[in-house]
Amino acid sequence: MTPPDYEYLRKLLKDHSGLDLSADKQYLIESRLLPLSRKSGLAGISELVQKMKAGSPSLITQVVEAMTTNETFFFRDKVPFDHFRDSIMPEIIKARAARKSIRIWCAAGSTGQEPYSLAMCLKEMSAALAGWRVEIIATDLSQEVLEKSKAGVYSQFEVQRGLPIQLLVKHFKQNGELWQISPEIRAMVQHRQLNLLHDFSQLGTFDVIFCRNVLIYFDQDTKINIFGRLAKTMEADGFLVLGAAETVVGLTDVFKPFPDKRGLYRPSGARTAPAAPAMPKIAAMAGR
Amino acid sequence: MKTCLVVDDSGVVRKIARRILEEMGFEITEAEDGEKALEVCKTAMPDAVLLDWNMPVMDGYEFLGNLRRLPGGDVPKVVFCTTENDMDHISRALHAGANEYIMKPFDKDIVAAKFQEVGLIELSEPTSV
Repeated sequence: MTPPDYEYLRKLLKDHSGLDLSADKQYLIESRLLPLSRKSGLAGISELVQKMKAGSPSLITQVVEAMTTNETFFFRDKVPFDHFRDSIMPEIIKARAARKSIRIWCAAGSTGQEPYSLAMCLKEMSAALAGWRVEIIATDLSQEVLEKSKAGVYSQFEVQRGLPIQLLVKHFKQNGELWQISPEIRAMVQHRQLNLLHDFSQLGTFDVIFCRNVLIYFDQDTKINIFGRLAKTMEADGFLVLGAAETVVGLTDVFKPFPDKRGLYRPSGARTAPAAPAMPKIAAMAGR
Repeated sequence: MKTCLVVDDSGVVRKIARRILEEMGFEITEAEDGEKALEVCKTAMPDAVLLDWNMPVMDGYEFLGNLRRLPGGDVPKVVFCTTENDMDHISRALHAGANEYIMKPFDKDIVAAKFQEVGLIELSEPTSV
């Protein structure tokens, strides 16, 4: 890949998705885009870039999706799900005892492993949640990824990373080499396509937001902007869960960390949030 | 150091498993069938058993039943590691006292995830992107 090709892709990804690649991520581009080049019958990255420059919105969409799809697996990092079960849910069940409703948002729902992990956790608590209305909304930038999530079909490899065998037996049905999560668990998750750079206030107000391993791709200003808008879309006593390598510290004071619970944050009540989405220019991208 | 008994009739699989588990800090013993594995357990009960299903002499399922009846045989965490990848086999294994189940082919990530699941190893540093 030539330096100009790399710069072109960096800028394009920044403009379309907010993905902020540092100067040394050639390997990431190659590992994600070479398969796409081959699939499109192109010889390599340079040809891919040429075709994009010539104007191919569908190819650009595919490139953005290929670059922004994260690795994900069931109960990734485990600890956030322990927090969810042992701290977040007990507190929310107490706090919402009158209302009996809980809204959860997976802001980078990807291929479904995270929202379905939460759904399986909630299923285990169904006695405590009898008569409650529980919503899990999974959003992702990529329609292709959302389709996979909706289908809830996973490879043997995917169901072995992080998913306890008991839960596989309990909630999945085997179909040859593939495993599909039960209709009951699938029905607990709603799917919406969403770009975090755009306004998401229409989703309503949430008690819990999982926003893991996605902000890491954004530059600092975009992160601050998204944190500001996330805070506005949360209950004052809600919980924000970030990825293991992410933090609000040093970026914004609209969330404060729980000192004893890594990755867990709560709105601070501070009002430094910007009013509008950061990058209206990307509205140019069709369908997003 | 925790000990893991690797039971598989394939020398290649035992070698791969040994390499992965040694890297995770286990001291490894090997057995090529269930009967030999049972002898190992009678001498010194391991902390973990990575267990193939189909083997000559005594298969993994029969070994597990025998192990769980030994004094102290309820202690080892048993993780099946087999090409038997259907729900029926998995259910039978769990019913017989298996703690986890790996469907071959496996790799280091899967072994680590499963051993973590049953508490044999600590949580590794959370993965970043």
